[in-house]
Amino acid sequence: MAMNTYDVLVIGAGVVGAAIARELSKYELSVCVMEKDEDVCSGTSKANSGIVHGGFDPAVGSVMAAMNIRGAELIRKLHKTLDFPYKQNGAMVLCFDEADRPALEDLYDRGVRNGVKDMAIISGTEARALEPAISEEVVAALHVPTSGVVCPFGMTIALSENAADNGVEFRFLTTVTGIEKTAAGYEVKTDQGDFSATYVVNAAGVYADTLHNMVCEEPLHIIPRRGEYVLMDKEVGTLVSHTIFQLPSRKGKGVLVTPTVHGNLLVGPNAFDVEDREATDTTSEGLEEIRAQALRSVPAIPFQKMITGFAGLRAVEKSGDFILGETADGFFDAAGIQSPGLTAAPVIGEYIAGLIAKKAAARKKDGFLAVRKGIPEVAKLSPEERAKLIAKRPDYGRIVCRCENISEGEILDAMNRTLGAVSMDGVKRRVRQGMGRCQAGFCTPGTIELIAKTLGISMNEVAKNRPGSEFIMGE
Amino acid sequence: MEYHDIVIIGGGPAGLSAAVAAHDAGVRDILILERDDHLGGILNQCIHNGFGLHTFQEELTGPEYADRYIRQIAERHIPYKLCTIVSDISAEREVLYINSEEGAVRLKAGAVVLAMGCRERPRGALALPGFRPAGVFTAGTAQRLVNIEGYMVGKEVVILGSGDIGLIMARRMTLEGAKVKVVAELMPYSGGLKRNIVQCLEDYGIPLRLRHTVTKIHGKARVEGVTIAEVGDDRKPIPGTEEFYSCDTLLLSCGLLPENELSKQAGVRLDSVTGGPSVDDRLETSVPGVFACGNVLHVHDLVDYVSEEAARAGEQAAAYVQTGERKQTAAAALEGKGGVRYTVPQTLHIADMADRVTVRFRVADVYRDKQLVVYYDGREVRRIKKRILAPGEMEELVLMKSSFADWPDVQTITIALEDQHGDA
Amino acid sequence: MEMHELTCIQCPMGCPLTVSVDGDKVTVSGNTCPRGEVYGKKEITAPTRTVTSTVAVEGGELPRVSVKTATDIPKDKIFAVMDAIRAAKVKAPVLIGDVLIKNAAGSGVDVIATKTVEKA
Repeated sequence: MAMNTYDVLVIGAGVVGAAIARELSKYELSVCVMEKDEDVCSGTSKANSGIVHGGFDPAVGSVMAAMNIRGAELIRKLHKTLDFPYKQNGAMVLCFDEADRPALEDLYDRGVRNGVKDMAIISGTEARALEPAISEEVVAALHVPTSGVVCPFGMTIALSENAADNGVEFRFLTTVTGIEKTAAGYEVKTDQGDFSATYVVNAAGVYADTLHNMVCEEPLHIIPRRGEYVLMDKEVGTLVSHTIFQLPSRKGKGVLVTPTVHGNLLVGPNAFDVEDREATDTTSEGLEEIRAQALRSVPAIPFQKMITGFAGLRAVEKSGDFILGETADGFFDAAGIQSPGLTAAPVIGEYIAGLIAKKAAARKKDGFLAVRKGIPEVAKLSPEERAKLIAKRPDYGRIVCRCENISEGEILDAMNRTLGAVSMDGVKRRVRQGMGRCQAGFCTPGTIELIAKTLGISMNEVAKNRPGSEFIMGE
Repeated sequence: MEYHDIVIIGGGPAGLSAAVAAHDAGVRDILILERDDHLGGILNQCIHNGFGLHTFQEELTGPEYADRYIRQIAERHIPYKLCTIVSDISAEREVLYINSEEGAVRLKAGAVVLAMGCRERPRGALALPGFRPAGVFTAGTAQRLVNIEGYMVGKEVVILGSGDIGLIMARRMTLEGAKVKVVAELMPYSGGLKRNIVQCLEDYGIPLRLRHTVTKIHGKARVEGVTIAEVGDDRKPIPGTEEFYSCDTLLLSCGLLPENELSKQAGVRLDSVTGGPSVDDRLETSVPGVFACGNVLHVHDLVDYVSEEAARAGEQAAAYVQTGERKQTAAAALEGKGGVRYTVPQTLHIADMADRVTVRFRVADVYRDKQLVVYYDGREVRRIKKRILAPGEMEELVLMKSSFADWPDVQTITIALEDQHGDA
Repeated sequence: MEMHELTCIQCPMGCPLTVSVDGDKVTVSGNTCPRGEVYGKKEITAPTRTVTSTVAVEGGELPRVSVKTATDIPKDKIFAVMDAIRAAKVKAPVLIGDVLIKNAAGSGVDVIATKTVEKA
């Protein structure tokens, strides 16, 4: 009984759950994060635009707006202390028609009122001077220098690892089947046994309504909104340097064209409401739609340089805003976290953890480790530094993934550290093995072997992600 | 900085043949850099037979063919480094390589031979819609897992693309007890060799469905099936023709792409059709002293031709080292017309060309009863009957130095495909 | 008279062959070399194939060694020979050309190694 009892149980190890857990780990609290998949960052957090939004878009006075601005500020600091990739590349919102100029000006005003700094409306000519690849049809643009790009995997993994280093327990492949109120707090039933906790945090992404409705009277309704993306070769990653938005429409921010923090070109997403909460499939219609829309912004996007397509589900709550706070006694929601959720995650973490700490009258912990060091990116080192490192660890000199130049050492690191990877996708999200132009064609066999050896399992047991996704079906 | 006369990037069939030829041309200071842990490259996983009829006048398997060259390397004591990846080449022929024993080492090469081969077009580049489960492999990846590691990648298989590796894997998986349900090919013709259609598909009753593609991949964890549909002339699926095939594995054999990221770093100019360097009749790229051969230059069907081409690159690299940069003579441009998609080489130095220069090319479609016509600056000089030409089979044509005796200043050599009685 | 349309697989040319069978008389047309004629006749009367696969290796630097039938075997023996290959296990070292299975599945043909696998 005692083993499965915690002060706080966080359900969901996406970026929001991870951020909350990391903030909670600053306090004298026993915390467990529960995740239905085999690794952190396996749902909405793994498939999104990776944008650290400037904050001009959310409605003035909304929770989203407040959290967006401060979230972006926190990420600018956190990426250094927690060592994850972030770049402030700036954004532009394109206006294609003089008739839409008032909407652009509204956006500017909204940004000012939300507290976005250094924005300016620039002419089409000025926009093209900054971004030569954008369309001749652009008549004006909102320039947002504070916008940035982040590695969503890197950020979620960094937050989780740091939380774990500070004593948070993580339980994977554990699905919540029921939550019941008890005198002391909550009894959480899972397919891996029962847990009890004084406080429960619901950070379950597209499943957040299911959990919420197990406890609260006022139901939530989450509509998974699928967004499809096209990722292109690094060869064309410098086509634009800013994140290029189109003037937002009712269904979202429109299709963006952006360099990723790793130097690929990313195009997407569209917006399509689906029933199935696992429906991360792409469609040819969807890919065609984002292609057509993106070409409007940047006419020369070379779609033949596509290396992969993917889709993510935004957890859109019916109300359209974030649902944050104590919605039942001791039950805290972080639900409806859609864009700009990635940007806001660190603030959501502070906010929810703050509420819990206050309610629990928890004290700050001594010896909190604020700093986390990532896995060395060996290929980015100078030849001299690289040689030095290889002399110490020869496995950093054995390249497994040739497209991204990822060594055996980095792959081993991905598995051997705190909350190490246990699947191919886990390795990929930590060190980018297989994320290059051949999409793991060459390195799949070698990586399967390394995973099997390191985890002490057979080749047949190595999976892409969750059980059932094994690669090999026999000898 | 360490110096070598010739540095060969890649120890597959092209690199090995280039090394042997360079050695036989008198160069002794040669170094082969190979990223894998064995020499021989992709031949090691091509355990099927059909190699070597041209080079050795006997039918060999891939490993046997590789072994012949590895022996020649050993006999000549040509040094090589395994598990060594080249991470940079400069236009000045400085090569940076990485391995676990030496770390990161920069060396200077008198000449460089690019022989890095090619990669398979992955699922993402094909924009195949659907989920992203385990069980989608490129045919070559599956081939490695099955033939080198000895693991089965699936039990019920659908193959998209009828490239040679896909056809070979259809047979291989069948022999190992899997059920290969269908091979779907987007084009109205196969991209593979005819002999492979016969002995890999027809022998085992595996249907080949031309003008078909995968329109959806089903299964969230592991592949559970694929939807296949017929495509129209625009290669887009025809609504209403969708059929579901249950399977646990989808193999992709949809084309090979020369791997020229290093070439680009060196500033080598690429041909937009082949995806490989643009070369002259010496197989020299736009960067002096940098030569290219094998699948990095253009994708071949037959290793025998890779060996032959690579030997030429090796000899030319040797000549470059021995005689220094040759004075630049005017080069004639080769161009393909009427369905000839590209030529390799792309330029020809008539003044100092070899007596015979083999020009290789591919055609854009399946053609019957055509004539291949060669023009020197618009003047017809040759006309060759062709019964059948197909995109999956590389063609060749030999240009004789003697044929330029009357026209030493030709600017453009055109290779055109024309109808039987067609006239220029 | 019986006519068969075949594609010659003796070399990459893939000549389209027409084989006519008239009692004991088999004639081949469409071939460009003598190998095509031999193939055409054989394919209709007693088709054969070379089988290639891999055999498990114990204690080797690699887990499998690639193998082939030393010559082509009757087509209808392919799966029997495959069963023999799958059942086989050899100890490293294996040298290229080594006979690993004698008279595989009674085909009269040996299965030989097509590469060398050293001891680990």
